[in-house]
Amino acid sequence: MHHKIEVRNLEYTYPDGRKALHGVSFSIAPGEKVALVGPNGAGKSTLMLHLNGILEGKGSIHVAGLELSDKNMGQVRAAVGLVFQNPDDQLFSPTVFDDVAFGPLHMGLDEATVRRRVQDALAAVGMGEYIERNSHHLSIGEKKRIAIATVLSMQPEILVLDEPTAGLDPRARRQLINLLHELDMTMLVSTHDMPMVPELFERTLIMEGGKVVAAGCTCELLADQALLQQHGLEL
Amino acid sequence: MHIHFTDQYHEGESLIHRLDPRVKVILTVTFILTVSLTPFGAFGSYVMLFALLMATAVSAHMAPIYLLKRSIIALPFALAAITLPFTVPGDTLATVPIFGGITISQAGTIRFVSILIKSWLSVQMAIILVTVTPFPAVLWALRALRLPSPLIAIVSLMYRYLFVLYEEATRLLRARAARSATVDGVRSGGSIVWRGQVAGRMAGSLMLRSFERSERIYNAMLARGYKGQLRTVAHSHLQTIDFLVGTVTVLILLTILLFARIW
Repeated sequence: MHHKIEVRNLEYTYPDGRKALHGVSFSIAPGEKVALVGPNGAGKSTLMLHLNGILEGKGSIHVAGLELSDKNMGQVRAAVGLVFQNPDDQLFSPTVFDDVAFGPLHMGLDEATVRRRVQDALAAVGMGEYIERNSHHLSIGEKKRIAIATVLSMQPEILVLDEPTAGLDPRARRQLINLLHELDMTMLVSTHDMPMVPELFERTLIMEGGKVVAAGCTCELLADQALLQQHGLEL
Repeated sequence: MHIHFTDQYHEGESLIHRLDPRVKVILTVTFILTVSLTPFGAFGSYVMLFALLMATAVSAHMAPIYLLKRSIIALPFALAAITLPFTVPGDTLATVPIFGGITISQAGTIRFVSILIKSWLSVQMAIILVTVTPFPAVLWALRALRLPSPLIAIVSLMYRYLFVLYEEATRLLRARAARSATVDGVRSGGSIVWRGQVAGRMAGSLMLRSFERSERIYNAMLARGYKGQLRTVAHSHLQTIDFLVGTVTVLILLTILLFARIW
């Protein structure tokens, strides 16, 4: 059973007093793939860290049919698969297997299920043969795909990706876009890779200055030259 | 750029490779314990322990030369005992004609040589352990043997990020080298104080970057449900051969120890 993601009036101020989010509101329907674009410092990454409770701001967030709170944090983290921008931060275990098994093991699943899920997740990103490898010795493209597998193994309702194509060469980028295309899941993806946006996402959110300044059908938003220019974006 | 300086594991097919990692860790520790319990000057026992060591290496298809080369690492640490021949009282072997004559005692020399041999033997067994066991399996074994979990988490993260840190440091050094230019006829390099400041800031920047990275890693762990306890699945299950090899080795070690103590 998949649910809508709903964020209402989310505000967040960093401990140093810098205000990062000024009342962010949006919702994502089950099965929808949504792009999150905007200049650096717009608050995209900060927003993403809220979606499974790593940062806690003011306002309300509904995920997996629950209002996010300390009590249901575990369920929310199982429902939102958050993939960080730098795969070296995401892959912290000695082997690929340990990393992909990390989430399922913390969910308390039994060993046979964990092993099956790890194999399925690695197969889904086309990295099945890398199971015994040490993450350090992989290319960035390989690491990015394994980073996605580390949350797929938790079988989340929604995949939240922070700049998945950043730093990839054209071939690795193409493979990653194809992978995201194949994954039949709800997705929220922040990116500066504008040519990727119309290829993958029906809907787009534009953020600037800690607010969602525009939201709607990708084709309409990207056709609005004045809007794109106003927010420092271009195709 | 890839650095392999902590990856000592060599793929191989042998009885030693197939043993349960827990058994290998326990036997290594038992061997080192035996070595440290043998009295000073029990050279016969040292030879037997060395033979056992070599037998292990050969049955794991390791070249003894490789082992000997790697074990040189023990030398600097053993040198900490170098004062013993001069300080332990006993029959005088020789007198060094400095500071009005320093005597070298026989008891002290035997003790020093024994410590040298013992640390060398211990280090070689540890080298065999990490050569025939993948490092993640060693970590799992330590965890299965109930070593404190924060300690294992530290070693595990260090194993993963030592490379990353090293590369970060290399990038910093390279960036400095790329801008360390000289102009003809002008003394380059700046003052030693200035250079010290630059190096200090680089170390500080490395430290800050690592700190920020640790924050991001912790977030990535939280995002996948981390609650303060690293978990892994079982790497292997004990077989009859593990009990057999374990018992036989412990018996051999006990015999050597008895021999050394009684003789």
